[in-house]
Amino acid sequence: MSRSIDREGPDRFYVITSGRSRGGDEALDSVTLIVTESDPTPGMQSEHARILQMCRRPMAVVEIAARLELPVTVVRILLTDLLDAGYVTARHPVTTGSATVPVSPAVLEKVLVALHNL
Amino acid sequence: MHSTTSESTVLPATAAHGLKIVVVGGFGVGKTTLVRAVSEIRPLNTEETMTQAGAGVDSLHGIPNKSTTTVAFDFGRITVDDTFVLYLFGAPGQERFWFLWDRLFTGALGAVVLVDARRLEDSWYSIDRLEAQGTPFVVAHNNFGSSYTLDQIRGALDLDPSVPLLECDARERESAKQVLVTLVRHVMTTIAGEAVR
Repeated sequence: MSRSIDREGPDRFYVITSGRSRGGDEALDSVTLIVTESDPTPGMQSEHARILQMCRRPMAVVEIAARLELPVTVVRILLTDLLDAGYVTARHPVTTGSATVPVSPAVLEKVLVALHNL
Repeated sequence: MHSTTSESTVLPATAAHGLKIVVVGGFGVGKTTLVRAVSEIRPLNTEETMTQAGAGVDSLHGIPNKSTTTVAFDFGRITVDDTFVLYLFGAPGQERFWFLWDRLFTGALGAVVLVDARRLEDSWYSIDRLEAQGTPFVVAHNNFGSSYTLDQIRGALDLDPSVPLLECDARERESAKQVLVTLVRHVMTTIAGEAVR
């Protein structure tokens, strides 16, 4: 639960992000899928290395944050580092479709099928 | 509990498109329960922060000199097919948490407002905001054994006749599924209506 994050206070986050509180790519949506493109290198920051291990299969930004027990904001900063260096790529959510709904009826049909199959 | 999938469940290598549905409601109304009932992973928890950038947009009455606010939320996941994956977010509906929603709702297919008939006032704000921003939503009454009818609830919420309202038991997978199916169908109807206009 979040309590473990709360108890640690901000100091750890300050260290993890090298003092940055912003600079995370705002285009990184909570459900943007991150995929590792190359292996961790020796001496790499441990959080970066863990993300590369986690994302050998696609993983959403929000899931990376939960599994690292770090706030999404902090993870966006870490991911931006990895994106800039080419270690990972990002698969952004669909944003086509109408003004209020970002996907096509065909995609919604797929979702219905998946729900029925649960 | 349903049989699935260990914590090690991973997405297909071809997964490319994250979709999201947001479940909103007051504390204790059963948001996480509903997410858990249908999720292929045990619901996970994380935090989002509103920084100064959002302060001009959101009301910060009552929290002076505060440049960041943090709120926790839960989520689960349903793999749709080889390329699409649906994330279900449980988010607190109170006014002071709206900054979280603004972010979560960006690109959401729609929302489920989960209500407890004994505390309907907890959902007024959520419903107002969803209507104002044009996000398709359904209202699900998580029935804790109340004797209120859906008509009474619709009246108390002053809900537009076009908004689906249904009973559910958020603990039951079939019931939780029905809520999500109702939402997705409603979203389809909404899109069809837009196409006509």
